[in-house]
Amino acid sequence: MIALLAEVPYWGQSLLRVLGGLVAVLLPAGTIVYVFLFKMMSFMQSRLGPMEAGPYGSMQLFAEVGKWLQKEDIVPDRADARIFKMAPIIVLVSTFLLVVVVPFGPEAWFTDFETGVFYALAVSSISVLGILIAGWSSANKYSLLGGLRAAGQLIAYELPMVLAVMGVVIQAGTMNLQKIVVAQNTGSMFGIDAIGHPYVISQFFGFIIFMIAIQAELTQAPFDMPIAESELVSGYMTEYSGFRFLIFFIGEYATAGVFAMIASVLFLGGWGVPFTWFGWTSVDDVANWMNIVGPLIMFTKMMLLVFVIMWIRFSYPRLREDQLQRFAWKGLIPVALVNIMVTAILKVVF
Amino acid sequence: MIAQNIGFWIIAIVMIGAALRVVTTNNVVHAALWLVVVLAGAAAQYILLAAEFVAVTQVLVYIGAVMVLFLFGTMLTRARIGAESDLNNSYKKLGIPVGLIMLVAMGLALTDSFGDEKLPESAKIVSTQEISDQIFGPYLLPFWALSFVLLAAVVGAIVLARKD
Repeated sequence: MIALLAEVPYWGQSLLRVLGGLVAVLLPAGTIVYVFLFKMMSFMQSRLGPMEAGPYGSMQLFAEVGKWLQKEDIVPDRADARIFKMAPIIVLVSTFLLVVVVPFGPEAWFTDFETGVFYALAVSSISVLGILIAGWSSANKYSLLGGLRAAGQLIAYELPMVLAVMGVVIQAGTMNLQKIVVAQNTGSMFGIDAIGHPYVISQFFGFIIFMIAIQAELTQAPFDMPIAESELVSGYMTEYSGFRFLIFFIGEYATAGVFAMIASVLFLGGWGVPFTWFGWTSVDDVANWMNIVGPLIMFTKMMLLVFVIMWIRFSYPRLREDQLQRFAWKGLIPVALVNIMVTAILKVVF
Repeated sequence: MIAQNIGFWIIAIVMIGAALRVVTTNNVVHAALWLVVVLAGAAAQYILLAAEFVAVTQVLVYIGAVMVLFLFGTMLTRARIGAESDLNNSYKKLGIPVGLIMLVAMGLALTDSFGDEKLPESAKIVSTQEISDQIFGPYLLPFWALSFVLLAAVVGAIVLARKD
């Protein structure tokens, strides 16, 4: 695959990277919306969900996108028009920036960034900016309240997320996502190396904290205070319609997919299979077909994690604002700090 | 003229334009957003210097935390849409000289310490590991001192915010 790519000129490689990025963001987003939002939620609520467009309603998504694209692009009269139009794009761009560091196979990555995890955490915080100015520029009290709630929540839950990742970084000894994958698949636990060393086992608390923080970062129920429809209409998105709402919508589920990919890279071994299965010893030995199978393994793990996120989303009632903040500051952050200390001590001892 | 130089000048011009807009715009939120452009430009310049760790830190700390808190604060208290008349006031007379003095002082410090020195043709990329070895090795004491300053700031904030 790389030998094939070496023939392609630089602009061609860049074009392929852009196309790959589009696929890596939009394909999971579409699949998540159809499988979980349309079908799984319907199943949990004892109904069928969309059935008309295509077999089992599988073309419903295209119908929805077509509907949204046809709508008029409405900007409220008193709104700050330029910023109002810019806000959803900032949110979507942060998702695209996020997928850049995710490795999909031994050589199937967009960029081999040395500070991968750190970069991912940094650009994921840019979307807060988009949400905040979306709420402000709408010139709507509900929107402003939603934007402020979202900002408060995302700031509060970014900390436990960063602290949970630190445990993994300490254990792997690197911030490069590709090397974290390799470290998990070449490692062994107690001398048994049949399943490698996925950090979900040794960093179990880190994994749980990370998943809760993702849930909150994505503003999915029970952490959907910013868009609480019974109080705030739909929070910072209230004034958006047509394709600008579509961008927010795609951004939400694409970010869910990308965060699940990052979680699977950090805790579930990413694209890899334990290297001992095929007698590989390092990342250079890995067979070329892993560049095709790797993305499929990633996709499976991503769907598994998004399933958990959606399962919780459809099952639990909304947390109150004060409960939500207390849970982050008094619950998750202390546990994450203790987790880091224990990990660091064990890392030095062993 | 290599590609990095062209990139530097494009980013630098954008940064200067955005910095001017920060002080001339008539809306607090717009000013904050132009400041985001300036800070993002600084991060881009760090990437041009192959200092990716510093660049990512710049994005995480300044754009992701400081500017978000800044916007959060302004929106919570006063954030009207449209122009505000009381933003440009007499402090301008004080601000411009201070800004010029800072510019001259920084410029002198830079030219004094580096002069005509040029970066080596193939500058070595400093890895994150080397940075952390430096921070937690020879620079451990300054690092601790800084942590104490931050701790004091946090304690101070709590004291100010407590009602009793």
